[in-house]
Amino acid sequence: MAFFSLNGSKSRGQKRGTSYSAGGLLAKGLKGEDWPRVWRDVPLKSSYDVVIIGGGVHGLATAYYLATNHGITNVAVLDKAYLGSGGSGRNTAIVRSNYLTPEGVAFYDRSLSLYNTMTEDLNINVMFSERGHLTLAHSDSALRTMHWRAEVNKLQDIDSSVIDPQQVKEIVPSLNISPGAHHPIVGALYHPPGGIIRHDAVVWGYARGADQRGVEMHQKTEVLDILCEGGEGPDGKGAGGKVTGVRTNKGDISAPIVVNCTAGWASLISDMAGVKLPITTQPLQAAVTEPVKVFLPAVVVSGSLHVYVSQTDRGELVFGAAVDPFTNYNVRGSLEFTEGLAGHILELMPGVSKMRLLRQWAGLCDMTPDYSPVMGATPVEGFMVDVGWGTYGFKAGPVSGEQMAEAIATQQTPKLIEAFKLSRFEAGTLVGEKGAAAVGH
Amino acid sequence: MLLVPCPNCGPRNATDLRHVGESTSRPDPTVATPAEWRDYLYMRNNVADWNTETWYCTRGCRKFFKLERNTATNEFRNPPMPGSKVGGVA
Repeated sequence: MAFFSLNGSKSRGQKRGTSYSAGGLLAKGLKGEDWPRVWRDVPLKSSYDVVIIGGGVHGLATAYYLATNHGITNVAVLDKAYLGSGGSGRNTAIVRSNYLTPEGVAFYDRSLSLYNTMTEDLNINVMFSERGHLTLAHSDSALRTMHWRAEVNKLQDIDSSVIDPQQVKEIVPSLNISPGAHHPIVGALYHPPGGIIRHDAVVWGYARGADQRGVEMHQKTEVLDILCEGGEGPDGKGAGGKVTGVRTNKGDISAPIVVNCTAGWASLISDMAGVKLPITTQPLQAAVTEPVKVFLPAVVVSGSLHVYVSQTDRGELVFGAAVDPFTNYNVRGSLEFTEGLAGHILELMPGVSKMRLLRQWAGLCDMTPDYSPVMGATPVEGFMVDVGWGTYGFKAGPVSGEQMAEAIATQQTPKLIEAFKLSRFEAGTLVGEKGAAAVGH
Repeated sequence: MLLVPCPNCGPRNATDLRHVGESTSRPDPTVATPAEWRDYLYMRNNVADWNTETWYCTRGCRKFFKLERNTATNEFRNPPMPGSKVGGVA
């Protein structure tokens, strides 16, 4: 495509800037020097080849892979706050690929493999801990779903199997497997490649990698409007039109391609281009306890009880729950959440009854009707979306960036995200991802 | 805690009700195009502002009604009068 300033490099873009090593750390320590800024703070230009709205893991990964895999570097990533201030820094950092639909499994497994090599690829320690992931079943019907998921997973070579309560107890001794429990554990889906990762490092790694290859990151740069022409709606927006740029609080930018990589604000940003989305926004609350000695070796999830828990390397228990029961854009915590969480956790692990919660927070989740994202082209030419990330956005970050970059560079939908296109809602080909964390079994 | 002004039961915590969602109008299925039907089924305005929604009072009067709520601040305005006939399932 003519408007891309291809720099010729197809595999690896230009690398510059600091690299980190034990020797470098020692030298800096001895000399008492400050570390240089990791990414540049440059003035906003008046035009770019690609403008990405949203400086989270999705936006930054898209920029990184545009530069790395496709040599497209005249790219700006805009964020109205700071990088990683949204869902990328609010999730519970769980990664896994044991989904229920073949489309979902293939997609998330690619993400997991990118996470596996990320520390070397981005030269930053993302602290990926492949500790295993247990999805508990509390009823026969839940167990049947687990068997179904395990079989779908095995067909695609994913390490995933159903285990009995005794095996669950061997992996996580603190769980109460008594048949007399209110919600007895009757089995679990065990997924050894699942684990947790340091989400901030993922954001910083992609940001630094993109910066080194020439991509610009603009923080505190809020998109106020998306400029379009030729569309059927007011101001040339809407179906049949095309994007010409964005209006920000720091001035107008012209760009032939604008990508919406926001979470929480996906509907509002798409509305600026006259594109309506099948999304409702609901906050999801999470909480963390005081640190204790490490006792929880795996990630434990209960779909029926709407709770998931893992223990960080610092010893804190990190809890997440289902999305709040009504749509809103407010990230205030609620007592109902804490109360429900405490009850459910004690049901699973009575031993933690004396632990104290340190803090709770919420992030905004863009829920779609089929628990699958919306990716790729829209009826407005040049306006692309990578939205609808519900409760599974973080674990999909790397693969979404990789695939969106390919979609942008080739202007064709890659096979891996074909199932997630916006037009599926009109065609009636919904994905139905009941392996998502928000779905109760 | 979110106090929802139920027209029959008065203010009640949101846990006593079910949030059905943004109110939409059902097109005539005999003439609706696939695009119109898709809009009705799935597409939502999802504004961060005042919005008209359908709620169902699960643990009280067990009636459906429409309410105006600001989805950014969670305030309600113009609650319907008690006993007024309001809304169907959206």
